Amino acid sequence: MFSYILRRATLIIITVLGAIILLFILFQFMPGDMATILLGPRASESLIEDYRQRMWLDRPVYMQLARFLGNILRGDLGVDVLNYIPVSRLIMNVLPNTIILAVSSIFLACLIGIPLGVFSAANRGSPIDLLTGMLSISMITIPHFLAGLLALLLFAVHLGWLPAMGGGAAGEPLDQLRHLALPAFSLALGWVGYLARLTRATVLEELGEDYVRTARSKGLPEKVVLYKHVLRCSLIPVIAVIGVGFGNLMGGAVLIEIVFHRPGLGYLIYNAIQTRNFPVLQGGLIVTIFLYALANFIADLSYSYIDPRVRGE
Amino acid sequence: MADFKDSQKNPGSNSQKTSGPNAQKNPGSNSQKTPGPSSQKNPGSSETGEVKPEQPEPRRSLKTKFKASKFKKVITSPMGFLGFIIVLIIILLAIFAPLIAPYDPLEINIAHMLEGSSSRFIMGTDNLGRDIFSRIIYGSRIALMVAIPAIIFGVIVGMFLGIISGYSTERVDSFFIVLFDTMRSLPAIIFAITVLAIIGPSMYILPIIMGITRVPIYGRLIRASTLRVKENEYVTASRALGGSSLSIMFKHILPNVIAPLFIQAAMDIPVMITFEAGLSFLGLGVPPPTPSWGHILRTGYLNVRQAPHIVIYGGIALILATLGFTLLGETLRDVFDPKLQRRGNL
Repeated sequence: MFSYILRRATLIIITVLGAIILLFILFQFMPGDMATILLGPRASESLIEDYRQRMWLDRPVYMQLARFLGNILRGDLGVDVLNYIPVSRLIMNVLPNTIILAVSSIFLACLIGIPLGVFSAANRGSPIDLLTGMLSISMITIPHFLAGLLALLLFAVHLGWLPAMGGGAAGEPLDQLRHLALPAFSLALGWVGYLARLTRATVLEELGEDYVRTARSKGLPEKVVLYKHVLRCSLIPVIAVIGVGFGNLMGGAVLIEIVFHRPGLGYLIYNAIQTRNFPVLQGGLIVTIFLYALANFIADLSYSYIDPRVRGE
Repeated sequence: MADFKDSQKNPGSNSQKTSGPNAQKNPGSNSQKTPGPSSQKNPGSSETGEVKPEQPEPRRSLKTKFKASKFKKVITSPMGFLGFIIVLIIILLAIFAPLIAPYDPLEINIAHMLEGSSSRFIMGTDNLGRDIFSRIIYGSRIALMVAIPAIIFGVIVGMFLGIISGYSTERVDSFFIVLFDTMRSLPAIIFAITVLAIIGPSMYILPIIMGITRVPIYGRLIRASTLRVKENEYVTASRALGGSSLSIMFKHILPNVIAPLFIQAAMDIPVMITFEAGLSFLGLGVPPPTPSWGHILRTGYLNVRQAPHIVIYGGIALILATLGFTLLGETLRDVFDPKLQRRGNL
């Protein structure tokens, strides 16, 4: 197990490093001079020259890269060019919001999706099964941001039940929860359908196993067989998929945060693009890369824990 | 190293039956782990042609017949039929847009801004008085004109890199594995908005950027199949006969690994349509005033209080398109991938 973790960790570190270098190269392609872009058109010659020296923009590219990587290692992501606030602090302020959104969406999706899948499998072939199937596929095909838009239209604009924008007042959990409801629901919707289908399929597969026949022949009620024995085994692949999907939720969260003007990593990145605030954009992307890698790493570990064959030992 | 990477794919066999239509949610997680059993089981396999090349005629007709019956199966299943009809309608709308649309989608009409449905404007108008119905019809063109080239770009590049990765030495293979993982280390939408922010929105570059995000997924899919197929006798035989690596890769291996890629690509069309709409919604996709569904939704979002009909009609168009392509893609997968059909039956 330990050697497996080590191998995965090495591979992930190489990947993160590769991604950061690719990002650096990408930013080199930005049209125009970095100092002029960052300082604005009204900056004086001497200011630009000073900035170039300070940021090593006059040095060779490989030295710039070395400085860039060194700064990241020290946790220094640069300074916001508009407000002179350290980028790392900006990100730390909004990161919890994104993580809360992602976690609550997954939680909501499991809460609805898994029982729906079991229910569907238990009533296989019935009209209810067909209906749940259609419902699941419809939920999967609705893009996150569109689900967000429609939820916003219905619950915030038309009915006026929930707030349409923002993340809620700081220090007021109830208000924050009200602001979380629509974004989390929109992000969870696709996952509900996805998990329902996955659970249905794994439950149906498990129902054909020998131990189910044994349990039934012992005279156990069907409900006990289904919920106590079958569900437990069929959840393994579901948990694994959630692990992998968690990192990908970040992508969906970006659009949802923008739709609901919810402060978060995605919204921060989008705003940085709009205001051409490149240090913030760069910092946001680096943190996203790290989060994504971390989520994949945890998913890998949970896979190998659930299914030891993965370790290849 | 290679063995362990392969074994990594085994656990995913559980998730392969779910090869989610919305791959952005689970990009690669399914597809890359789908070792595509169909490469061996697929009727399109050219193995038979290799063995007895002197009788190609009857075999080909048999094969075509077999394939035709499979397509019939797709059309006759209720889900497949529904998907097929929706897709057909979208394609017809895209082709005959100028004949069907009642107005010019770019025609600004200040006198009729943000109007609701009426006999004159079936779906109402937007903030510039443009007819939404016409814009939605023309939007189907944009959706297909961006999504399909993006898929084609991803398939071609992914196929080349994947087959080279799978056929080459372990060192080259490791390089490609790291490359694919690196490319996947940013969520697709974040990668796309960053690149588009740096180089600026463009209708021509958009499919390439969107296609790049699929390259690692297709690459890994082809790589996994190549690793399996290259151990077959006919590959060894053609190597013994002095065939060059290039001819072995593209003449003997490629035809046997391409089927699962095509299925995956078909299932990715709705993902790309959604992707384009999302980017255009952010104002980073197709540059305005081109009528894209994402733009229509953006206009609707910005005027959501005064004119909620814009979001509703634009949303219905997008949902129907993704639903149609998803239903068709999934039916294709179930019919052409017997193993998945048996196990999944989703």
